[in-house]
Amino acid sequence: MFLNIGPSHPAMHGIIQLVAQLDGERVLGVDVEIGYLHRAFEKESERGPYNNVIPYSDRLNYVSPLINNFGYCLAVERLLAIEVTERCQYIRVIMSELSRITDHLTCVGASAMELGAFTVFLYMIKAREWLWELIELVTGARLTISYGRVGGVKADLPDGFAERTRRTLDEVRKVLLECDTLLTRNRIFVDRMQGTGVLAKDTAISYGITGPFLRGSGVALDTRKAQPYFVYDRLQFDVPTGRHGDNYDRYLVRMEEMEQSMRLIEQALTQLPAGAVNVDVEGRVLPADVMVDEAKMGRVAGFMQTRVVTDPTLEGSTRSHHGLVNAPEKRAVLPAKEDTYGNIEGLMHHFKLIMVGHGIRPPAGEYYSAVEGANGELGFYVVSDGSDRPFRVRVHPPCFPIMAALPKLLVGDMVADIVPTFGSVNMIGGELDR
Amino acid sequence: MSNDHVSAAVQARFSRHVLGAHSYRGQETLLIRHEGLLEVARFLKDDPSMAFDCLMDLTCVDYLKFGASLSSAPTLATPSPLPYYMKPKPTEEAWQRLVPSDAYRFDVVYHFYSTTHNHRVRVKVPLKAAEPSIPSLTGLWASANWYEREAWDMFGVTFTGHPNLRRLLMYEGFNGHPLRKDYPVNKRQPLVGPIN
Repeated sequence: MFLNIGPSHPAMHGIIQLVAQLDGERVLGVDVEIGYLHRAFEKESERGPYNNVIPYSDRLNYVSPLINNFGYCLAVERLLAIEVTERCQYIRVIMSELSRITDHLTCVGASAMELGAFTVFLYMIKAREWLWELIELVTGARLTISYGRVGGVKADLPDGFAERTRRTLDEVRKVLLECDTLLTRNRIFVDRMQGTGVLAKDTAISYGITGPFLRGSGVALDTRKAQPYFVYDRLQFDVPTGRHGDNYDRYLVRMEEMEQSMRLIEQALTQLPAGAVNVDVEGRVLPADVMVDEAKMGRVAGFMQTRVVTDPTLEGSTRSHHGLVNAPEKRAVLPAKEDTYGNIEGLMHHFKLIMVGHGIRPPAGEYYSAVEGANGELGFYVVSDGSDRPFRVRVHPPCFPIMAALPKLLVGDMVADIVPTFGSVNMIGGELDR
Repeated sequence: MSNDHVSAAVQARFSRHVLGAHSYRGQETLLIRHEGLLEVARFLKDDPSMAFDCLMDLTCVDYLKFGASLSSAPTLATPSPLPYYMKPKPTEEAWQRLVPSDAYRFDVVYHFYSTTHNHRVRVKVPLKAAEPSIPSLTGLWASANWYEREAWDMFGVTFTGHPNLRRLLMYEGFNGHPLRKDYPVNKRQPLVGPIN
């Protein structure tokens, strides 16, 4: 018997079609059809300047968009041969790890819900909400954050961020403990998860699978450890691995990884280099829109000493913070708003990076940046031909190889096992189909 | 992390297949003739000092109009990619495509990773514009299956020996290969219904 699951089905996280061949309740073969969410990310990226790709990359893995941002920025920075500031690297680590926790919470919560543990789903989404509030505090948005910039980030961390993050992480720990009590020794949950969706170590490597999925099969491979980027080599964390390569081990790996991510965030917050914030003490503060109006009328005499108050979503993007989080690299990094509106050098600098025919121009070359996304290695292969537009942007989405291996995972199991196995894949349509 | 030994070993062993090798921004690249791909790939996978057990990524780049697009030519009378106060970086590395002629339009790009040695290498195979075709690596790495389907779908590169070379992201009945540079970005095609 053939059973069509999807493209639109409540247990499919996204739009995907599985055509399962069944014998009674046993799965004999599965045909996976993807591509329903194809939005031509790679083609669109070739159309515009380098910075235009960043908002698109938010929409790849829309549960942890910050990691996509930073992965893409890293590739372009390497092409330009620039290094971001130390503080910015720590900020990137903190924001990546926050995203990783939200991603794992979504994955574990959703697959627990599909097995009947609706309470866990609600608790985890509640915790995810707190983390998204933190992300909103920094980036100004919850989901489509566009926070990364080539050569830096959009804005510095707001005041009191460290304290608030520590408090939130304490709360998240409590939620995780509660969920752990509800799930880890729960008879129904364990019976459904243990021994289903088994993937051997060699098969997983041959399929190019990375991330928690591979670690569940017992390979301690983590790009953050193996080939460290940003400042991961200065931070202590463990790489949890499973033994059996089944859904239960992957669940345990994800739960432990959230704990490790919190460890990373706490260390990074302690080590975060403060640096002298060059605040002008003249005391003049102008709202941004007033500053724009004044600049249009040419009254810019006092601007060098003026601090600008941007709207709350842009907090920390003014000049006093600018040098801390952005690389001292005028070829790639936009000037602070005070300079753009306040002096001709800043305005020219802005013009040189924004206007058609100018922009960021990495020399001709290619670079493959590998960062550890929430699902595995997230790769950006960027080819430049020396123009202001990327010649080719290729994304290596972490859940793509897992989806390719899905028939291997499902064959031999029951129909009902499709749901937990597919849940543990944590397929994200945005990055799978691009 | 430098891993020159990979390209050195391959060059020493398969000098007739290697078109060139270079390192750019710390990443090793090898250019291989498509006739020799299977041999080199088998060596990369099976040799204990290489042990590239993971085909991390496979993609294709269409080099049509490379460096000759409108955006790469400055459009203003005073073109300067760098502002006047900037000097070029002193340690500029040069990058070349290393193909014998402009007839080679496509590069199929393989990113290999070794979980045992923790090293990477990029292998590129240039192909000519007319009916590009290359041997499939599905027999060596299982991950090649979907990646090659995607490359066929997006670029029209045929992988000989692939068990199931169907479109992956686009639908059956789609005309053309959308990521080729001569495929217009705003071209529209009617969406045909599902075949079953």
